[in-house]
Amino acid sequence: MIEISHVTKKYGDKTVVDDVTFSVAKGEVMGFLGPNGAGKSTTMNILTGYISSTSGSAKIDGIDILDDPIAAKKRIGFLPEQPPLYLDMKVSEYLNFIYDLKGCRLNRKKHIAEICEVVKISDVANRMIKNLSKGYRQRVGIAQALVGNPEVLIFDEPTVGLDPKQIIDIRNLIRNLGKSHTIILSTHILPEVQAVCDRIVIINEGRIVANEKTDRISELAGGPGRLVAKICGPQNEVLRAVRNLAGVTSAQLLAERDTDSVSVEISAEPNIDIRKPLFNMLSQKAWPLIGLEAQGISLEDIFIRLTGGAAKSAKRSKKPSGEEK
Amino acid sequence: MFAIYKREIKAYFTSPIGYIFVALFLIAAGVAFSTTTLMSSTSDVAQYYSYMLFMFVVAVPLLTMKLFSEEKKLKTEQVLLTSPVSLGSIVLAKYLAALTLFALTLLLSTLNFIGLYMYGTPNTAILISSTVGIFFIGSAFIAIGVFISSLTENQLVSAIGSIFVILALLALGLVSSSITNDVLRTVVKWISIFDRYYSFNYGLFDINAVVYYVSISVVFLFLTVRVYEKRRWE
Repeated sequence: MIEISHVTKKYGDKTVVDDVTFSVAKGEVMGFLGPNGAGKSTTMNILTGYISSTSGSAKIDGIDILDDPIAAKKRIGFLPEQPPLYLDMKVSEYLNFIYDLKGCRLNRKKHIAEICEVVKISDVANRMIKNLSKGYRQRVGIAQALVGNPEVLIFDEPTVGLDPKQIIDIRNLIRNLGKSHTIILSTHILPEVQAVCDRIVIINEGRIVANEKTDRISELAGGPGRLVAKICGPQNEVLRAVRNLAGVTSAQLLAERDTDSVSVEISAEPNIDIRKPLFNMLSQKAWPLIGLEAQGISLEDIFIRLTGGAAKSAKRSKKPSGEEK
Repeated sequence: MFAIYKREIKAYFTSPIGYIFVALFLIAAGVAFSTTTLMSSTSDVAQYYSYMLFMFVVAVPLLTMKLFSEEKKLKTEQVLLTSPVSLGSIVLAKYLAALTLFALTLLLSTLNFIGLYMYGTPNTAILISSTVGIFFIGSAFIAIGVFISSLTENQLVSAIGSIFVILALLALGLVSSSITNDVLRTVVKWISIFDRYYSFNYGLFDINAVVYYVSISVVFLFLTVRVYEKRRWE
């Protein structure tokens, strides 16, 4: 449904988006992650036809955004980083304007009323946008993207400025929309991505560093990650024994609440499962294992690993990095 | 495109700008009219129209300053540029909205002429053609204002820029006759807004002049579209 192919965007000498390629299948919800300044918004702006790429192509439903912009844009609902609101209009006027702008053919009153219901702005429909709070404005921005029921929805940080309850509401909304729309969602809130998205694409300094299905993203780092084991036994000896296990890279003492047990956070080499060796070792020493929690590599870890490391290598090679988004 | 047109016209009246424009225009027209015709006991409106032209220097930028500057500032241009409407439609819609307001106010100002009919026998042909001429000049100025508005997100800069340009164009017309160099004078007279206008003053409908003014509008609207295209690519 959405195909971005070797898209590059340069501002003079600065390369803000560097040979980005990915695609989103129909009905997929894609999470687009990256540090600030990585090129997320720029990529989204290129995809929606707001700016043009220096090279490469962006296609919506097979239609190139530069060849036939009007046909492509008809299929897109876009919420930019800053919701594009006319402060001097009322909410209902604004949505009606967007309805006309998009050349919508659905039943006007019903469609707009439905959208207001779904986004929960029905009670402010007659207020001037300049008088709305940030949360409401954000939701009007989301409503604007939904007008015309476009097949593709592109949300640039849709939950920014919302309170926790509103965030949950919008998350549910996006999950529901995902059943019948193709969505690209950019956000900094990683749990949101795991909760809502089918696929995750991580961009750093203009380059894609990860493009995986959500449930496979932890495979990127390999292994079951860290274990937290609660062991009954003398503290120092337990630690020493755990550290001596083959494959263990580190064992750290966590603050314990009981005086007769020790909580140890164990990191192992990737692709080595130390649970069985741990159990065997502990039963040999007769130290009961009263708790074992596997902490898979979190999305945060992957994110930081993929973006932090890249940033360091960039600094080393003294490459000028762009500040654009 | 109609959606944008409708929105702009409404927007003129949800902020003070629309009202200020109409008030300013009508007051200036009224004052100019009284001093040039009524007080001088003449039905020759040429002077009146000259004053009107100078009033455009301030009135037109009022209309055009926010057309594109505000969109840029509020980032609402993003919604326009990512919607299935062409750049040309967007520019045209805004231009027509400003033009409509201008035309309606101009029409209102012609009520002034009732005074002429009550006390004398003015030449209706001249009145009509002069008003038409003013309309076309105004339409060209508005196109220039639209272009300047697209260059900056600061409304004040847009207004001042437009004022300067329009003033310069009118001033050019004033000095055109005094230029000694023959070639330069011919060139300046050709460009000058004023010189082409004189035929309207005499009740003649000069197609040349109409084409000239319409061309100016087309050129500047085209330039506005190019400004946005360039921004998209840069």
